[in-house]
Amino acid sequence: MPKAGERYTLKILKQRFADLPPALFPDEARAEAARCLYCFDAPCTRACPTQIDIPSFIRQILHQNNLGAARTIFDANIFGGSCARACPTEVLCEGACVDNTLLKSPVLIGRLQRFATDYAGQTRFYEPGPPTGKRVAIIGSGPAGLTCAHELRKRGHDVVVFESRSIPGGLNTLGIAAYKISTEFALTEIERIKQIGIDIRLNSPIRGPALHALLGDYDAVFLAIGLGKTLPLGIENESMPGVKEALDFIFPMHTGPYTDCEIGKRVIVIGGGNTAIDVATAAVRLGADEVTIAYRRGEAAMPAFTYEHQLAQTDGIRFEWFAQPVRVVVAGGRAAGVEFVRTRPDHPHSRESKLQQVAGSNFVLPCDMVIKALGQEPLLELMTALPNLKIARDQVIIDPATGATSVSKLFAGGDCIRGGGEIVDAVEDGKIAARGIHQSFVHA
Amino acid sequence: MPDLSSEFCGVKSPNPFWLASAPPTNSEYQVRRAFDAGWGGVVWKTLGHEPIVNVSSRYGAIDYDGRKMLGFNNIELISDRTLEDNLTEISRVKKAYPKHAMWVSLMVESSQQAWHDIVKRTQDAGADGIELNFGCPHGMSERGMGAAVGQVPDYACMITEWVKEAATIPVIVKLTPNVGDVTVVGRAAVRGGADALSLINTINSVMGVDLDTFAPKPAVNGKGSHGGYCGPAVKPIALNMVSSLAADPAIKVPISGIGGIQAWQDAVEFFLLGASSVQVCTAVMHYGFRIIEQLTSGLENWMREKGFNTIADFRGKSVNRIKHWGDLDLNYKVVAQIDQAKCIHCGLCYIACEDGAHQSIKWEKIATDDYVKSNGHIPYRSGGVEVLAGAGGGTVNRFTIKQDTCVGCNLCSLVCPVSNCITMKEIDTGKPSMTWNEYQKLLEAGQIAKIEPPVHV
Repeated sequence: MPKAGERYTLKILKQRFADLPPALFPDEARAEAARCLYCFDAPCTRACPTQIDIPSFIRQILHQNNLGAARTIFDANIFGGSCARACPTEVLCEGACVDNTLLKSPVLIGRLQRFATDYAGQTRFYEPGPPTGKRVAIIGSGPAGLTCAHELRKRGHDVVVFESRSIPGGLNTLGIAAYKISTEFALTEIERIKQIGIDIRLNSPIRGPALHALLGDYDAVFLAIGLGKTLPLGIENESMPGVKEALDFIFPMHTGPYTDCEIGKRVIVIGGGNTAIDVATAAVRLGADEVTIAYRRGEAAMPAFTYEHQLAQTDGIRFEWFAQPVRVVVAGGRAAGVEFVRTRPDHPHSRESKLQQVAGSNFVLPCDMVIKALGQEPLLELMTALPNLKIARDQVIIDPATGATSVSKLFAGGDCIRGGGEIVDAVEDGKIAARGIHQSFVHA
Repeated sequence: MPDLSSEFCGVKSPNPFWLASAPPTNSEYQVRRAFDAGWGGVVWKTLGHEPIVNVSSRYGAIDYDGRKMLGFNNIELISDRTLEDNLTEISRVKKAYPKHAMWVSLMVESSQQAWHDIVKRTQDAGADGIELNFGCPHGMSERGMGAAVGQVPDYACMITEWVKEAATIPVIVKLTPNVGDVTVVGRAAVRGGADALSLINTINSVMGVDLDTFAPKPAVNGKGSHGGYCGPAVKPIALNMVSSLAADPAIKVPISGIGGIQAWQDAVEFFLLGASSVQVCTAVMHYGFRIIEQLTSGLENWMREKGFNTIADFRGKSVNRIKHWGDLDLNYKVVAQIDQAKCIHCGLCYIACEDGAHQSIKWEKIATDDYVKSNGHIPYRSGGVEVLAGAGGGTVNRFTIKQDTCVGCNLCSLVCPVSNCITMKEIDTGKPSMTWNEYQKLLEAGQIAKIEPPVHV
């Protein structure tokens, strides 16, 4: 498989992966902040899973108190910088903005949030609370795990975060398109979060039996393990060279130079969600000549957000709708195409609707790279290690008010309880669990 | 087609918009550009016998949450050019633009001879009229000129008399707002023979303090001095003063209105409150002479819509509407009402009323689904997620007026960002009109019970 460096220099690849959208300059930020009406009981704040006081931080930007703005954001969401970059603001704060009604265009809340959080840089806002002697083990250093750790440190509890990979941050560092969150930024944000005193142990995977031991050694355990590998397609030849999983395709863009990333000339991405878009737009940036997203349903049922879809269209990505893969076509021991069959849904707008295959409609799209972007498998090995842990539909069941699982002292949050959510959802899970853990200590 | 042409003390101009005596009227170059752009007249920047020396910097401004120069001030003095140069240029411009009004602002030391001399030289240069600067609040007042004259009615009267002894052309006295009652000085000027009044000059002000250097704004090598405040923020002060002079039966001379005019509506308000011409400065310093096109076009189209042919058709129409508070009707009542179809759910009306007024707006949380069903709103869909502007956390805020406790103060309608969403509706109280003055008389005669205080939370 050719490498991106064969076509572009590192400098050019970095330009191609430049931030989308770019940072606001101070005058831009203040002009945008001036648009905010400073709503009372603001819809944007209510629409934010972490309840950031948005009118307050925007008014702080307007009045040139950028540090105060950053503090307002971090008080509610310690991953405020990452969320500013990767949140689907279109369906959260900005979707709720009343200016959508008045001016048919929301205040650019995400970009203002980035402005304030960037301004703060490594400013230290938080000190650990007075030591309580309680120790909490956190499994996973993604947004749920580190938020929970930070919140617990604010309350004076000691935390140890176990991370299986060699780099902290989970999918926040490794799994988001690099033009949204660069690795450099993700690690900078973690450095700021760590200021409060968080012991992150890298290369420390926790297997099933070790989970038992942790529950014995610590006063509480927070399970924030996320998800595992990309789901299989269940079709012939899907493990042949030239076929990749979405996360295996995205990770190298975060861990190595772009020049080392493998990229085909003709790339087919299978899936219709936001990950499929991330993968396809990254493939374009790495230098693929032709990128096609194939989805078994139609445009109306696509799970990707509208603005993601528009980004893909702007990037010149082709869409193949109602195309269900039936096998990977192999030539010379490598993927050379994908054979599809046309589908017909009973209800084109529904993602649940049954699909009929259209007999005799099979066709082959040639390619030299196939990327599977179908969502991730649960980490069942760990989740089933504790026989008393209640699981439903491959997700750990928790009390939504406390994050407590069915196992005493075990709390959970992030993708392992929701099967794939936004960073901002994981942050809120971490906050809820930290509150729940703290209360369990107080009431013990 | 409405006729905008203006005649003020017999001086004609193509329209009633003049440039005030200020930096934009400092030179022949500027005044030619102004006339070419369409300004009806100018008041040439104040002349003295000797050019003054200015400081650097000179101007300060206040911005408001993103808009620049809501208020403006200056510590600049009168003309820094020689009297000879100014008079030569005035003469040339007047010859080149005979149909435009050429007023010249004057200020000299308080001696009869000095005033006679400069008045004669100015009218010899071809000026159409003279404006006496009795208002400049800084620099000149410490030297016994400007506001130092305008704040003492007897001085104002005396100097006006001196000027009138020499003047063969009309004389406007420009008044300072830095007095307790502007009508006192206005009457004094008229007593001294003033043919007209203009107002307001600028207001004493310190624009701010630099939070890094602690120097006032504007600063001259780290120090500052009170300056003259103007710009859009001062218009209400000017309107009050203009209307009080227009309503004063002792003042029967024309008034030229000045203060914060930047849009045509501002000018119309000055005319309605009794002004015969208006003078503009700050808006031109902000945007240039070109704004005259929007001023004249706005005025002309408004007059066309209202059926007015000349400015005289509506001049002063609102003067008699300004009364003493005691002559206002206590039995007139309005209450707010919110058009739910227009509401964008910002909650600004609610919090303003709750914290700043009379706690008369009800706040309810409606489930978004119920709201969508009852109102037929179509949520925005993206990636299978539905979102509704103004909704969040599963609810929409609904705000309604408690009309039984609403005192009709206007606050909610003033803060509402949506046009005509909150309006004030007249309520029939069933009671005849009764002013406070009438109420006092009725109370004294024992013919009425005391009005009960409103119910408060």
